[in-house]
Amino acid sequence: MNDPPDHRPVIQFQNVSYCLENGLELLHNLTLEVERGETLVLLGRSGSGKTTTLKLINHLLSPSAGEVLVDGRSIRDWDLIRLRRMIGYVIQEVGLFPHFTVERNIALVPQLERWPAERISQRVQELLRLVGLDPQLASRHPRELSGGQRQRVGVARALAADPPILLMDEPFGALDPITRAQLQREFLALQNRLRKTVVFVTHDLREALLLGTRIAMMEAGRLVTAQTPAYFVQSTEPMVAAYVHAFGTDLKRGAS
Amino acid sequence: MNFWQFILQNHTEILELTLEHLWLVAISTVLAVLIGIPLGILITRRPALNKPVLGAANVIQTIPSLALFGFLLPAPWIGARADRLAILALTLYALLPLIRNTYTGIKGVDRAIIEAGRGMGMTDSQLLWQVELPLALGVIIAGVRVATVISVGLATIAAAIGAGGLGEYIFRGLAMVNDQVILAGAIPAAILALLADVSLGWLEKRLSAH
Repeated sequence: MNDPPDHRPVIQFQNVSYCLENGLELLHNLTLEVERGETLVLLGRSGSGKTTTLKLINHLLSPSAGEVLVDGRSIRDWDLIRLRRMIGYVIQEVGLFPHFTVERNIALVPQLERWPAERISQRVQELLRLVGLDPQLASRHPRELSGGQRQRVGVARALAADPPILLMDEPFGALDPITRAQLQREFLALQNRLRKTVVFVTHDLREALLLGTRIAMMEAGRLVTAQTPAYFVQSTEPMVAAYVHAFGTDLKRGAS
Repeated sequence: MNFWQFILQNHTEILELTLEHLWLVAISTVLAVLIGIPLGILITRRPALNKPVLGAANVIQTIPSLALFGFLLPAPWIGARADRLAILALTLYALLPLIRNTYTGIKGVDRAIIEAGRGMGMTDSQLLWQVELPLALGVIIAGVRVATVISVGLATIAAAIGAGGLGEYIFRGLAMVNDQVILAGAIPAAILALLADVSLGWLEKRLSAH
């Protein structure tokens, strides 16, 4: 991306609430900004509103009140398809198309954008290398891959059209601890090179401290606090302290 | 005269009636596919139409076949020729499994897959053609299979209104109280049903191997 330096936040939530049709409020009066190039981790328990927040960014959900802005423009004013194609989306492994080969899965957005075939296959090869997959896997189907490989394909697919924003919803949640640690390290290395604006959902405090440049803690549909990892673990906010305590005191050492 | 002699003596007529039977089933199944699958897709898009459409197809299914053939007799153009009438009735009967299987097939596609596609900027029609229909194909083919097998059986009744097919032998045999003549119609019809079942079953298995 060769935009002029832009200090406006890429994503802004302005007093955003989201209610289900039956009136249940999943998100209450959220105000939050995501800066260009940062990795903002949404941390919280199941049902705290993390995924809802994420889906409001690519307009899979519409806010019931307030405004969500992407690049300074309300998601209501964006062309839905254009908005989504500039936002990479990674969810747990089930998001891959089971009837597509690895190559077609990764090539999804470029194909939708009608890139020439040659450029697409070049890009697929490039991405396979980028996420550390053997190019020979291109012709396999997702069911023929391991969980870690599938997740790499998911990341490659999200990066395919080089979107400036990346949304990741517990992408490493279903992996074994060793594979997860490996993918987390690779994600860090990748993010150091690519400098995408990333919003990352997890309930794992360790993962949040490792990957986030900022951590936004959510509870029961409300934002509790948004802090850098070093400040986060020292927060006196009771919810945060309880969460940190639950993960064990050794984390304080790891984060300093 | 035993059964085999009867078959040998009448083999050209049996073949003719079998082809006529196949024709009735094939035309009506193709029509039902052309109507039923789009209707099934439609009700996944317009949930308000779900109940009326499935309800109507259900009601048709409950009408006894002889009665339906009778009801349609006075219809203009359709009622003028027995084969048109039979094709219409068979088409109507085949609709329910096609609509229902298309609907359940598409609805059965993992929500997470749909949401991933939508989240990456696929339009509704791209999702339908590239994701939902391919993944629902096995279930949809299962619907075609059920519809075809039902049609092969029902088409024997079409002979009652003079539309031909293997039912001719069955009705003739019933009138003559001659089991051999009944079997000359019933056995080829059963073989047709089995062949349709096995071949479409094979297709279903191949297409749902994800």
